[in-house]
Amino acid sequence: MDVSITVNGEPRSGEIEPRQLLVHFLRETLDLTGTHWGCDTSNCGACVVLMDGQPVKSCTILAAMCEGHEIRTVEDLEVDGRLDPVQEGFHECHALQCGFCTPGMLMTARALLDENPNPTEHEIRTAISGAICRCTGYKNIVSAVRWAADHESAAKQGA
Amino acid sequence: MQTPAPFEYERATSVEGAIEALQRLGSEARIVAGGHSLLPMMKLRLATPEHLIDINDLSELAYIREQDGVIRIGALTRHVDLLKSELLAQHYPIFADAETVIADPVVRNRGTIGGSLCQADAAEDLSAVCSAVKAHVIIRGAEGEREVAMDEFHVGPYMTAVGAGELLTEVRLPLFEGGGSAHEKCERRAGDWAIAAASAAVWIEGGTITEVGIALSAVAMTTVHLTRAEELLRGKAPSEELFAQAGAIASEDCSPSADGRGPVDYKRHLAGVLTHRALRRSAARALHQEA
Repeated sequence: MDVSITVNGEPRSGEIEPRQLLVHFLRETLDLTGTHWGCDTSNCGACVVLMDGQPVKSCTILAAMCEGHEIRTVEDLEVDGRLDPVQEGFHECHALQCGFCTPGMLMTARALLDENPNPTEHEIRTAISGAICRCTGYKNIVSAVRWAADHESAAKQGA
Repeated sequence: MQTPAPFEYERATSVEGAIEALQRLGSEARIVAGGHSLLPMMKLRLATPEHLIDINDLSELAYIREQDGVIRIGALTRHVDLLKSELLAQHYPIFADAETVIADPVVRNRGTIGGSLCQADAAEDLSAVCSAVKAHVIIRGAEGEREVAMDEFHVGPYMTAVGAGELLTEVRLPLFEGGGSAHEKCERRAGDWAIAAASAAVWIEGGTITEVGIALSAVAMTTVHLTRAEELLRGKAPSEELFAQAGAIASEDCSPSADGRGPVDYKRHLAGVLTHRALRRSAARALHQEA
């Protein structure tokens, strides 16, 4: 079957099997390998992308279900060579070691800050509770999201 | 790589269209909504439907509203919307209790109440919640609708009263004065299935429990409806001693199996403790005494 999905603001289409999962459509059909494919059981959160602005686990959504919807992946965070504040935060706060969980963490954090620009530590920890990191112990990830929140609000006030 | 076995996919554009498709495609067709129970089962070949009918476009099935003294929840209502509903928070805080501990926020963006109930997994929280609050569900087929109480809805492990060519469309919660409700769950880690969980709802009038609902998750092959404990409580004044007795009955009336989540005696112990706590919190909420 043919599928047409808006991915990172551009209409993309491809011929797929109905059973193809969104994560594989992104990685294999569109060559967008920033989205990681991890546990395959909707536990680890490495494959999180935004669907119509909401974080979802792309290993547990059929590509066919995304027809007519907007998908945003980690490749879309950087704009004109400028990193998104959550990416900067991860850099500044050393919020990754191996980096496998990072794309999912970044998209989950982006969605959190879009909905709640000033989250508490508890709200950050709740938001990322569906994402597993085996390197950091989460502390630096929480700091990074908080860093992004602080710098986004400062940028908004400055503008 | 885990990928489902091949199937044909189609999207429903109306409830009638979904029912028509179910009847046209026969017993090897399944409805998919959030897909967070069905797709994992398909990856493991525990389910191998030949056709999937996607109902995610049926926005007419996504609502939480009060009408004629009944809260009506559309089958496509997602966990995140149950968690955030002010109407449910006001009348049935048990939903927010459960939704904060069902999977994780990202999964809750997709999973639906209709999917959770139709999955009929004994470890799933909303089935016990709906049993405790005396919910009824609306099942629609080509010949029209029927209303089914939760006790008749779950007919066995992973089996419901939804027949071939039928679709669960709505969950109805009765509204009575003086109600309080709560869900208590014990899990190994954030977002996991319950080791055991207890759902309770009590209605108190003039210092007496007039009606009560109690149900357990994850401690039998199906959701456990604690009718014997309910009979004990009905018509009595709420007290710690009474709730402890109900907890003791819960420990007796469940039939857990030993697995990676714990041995049988531990799960029976949890069923008792969690039932006691859920009743205590329900009563405190009914009496507006929650700390």
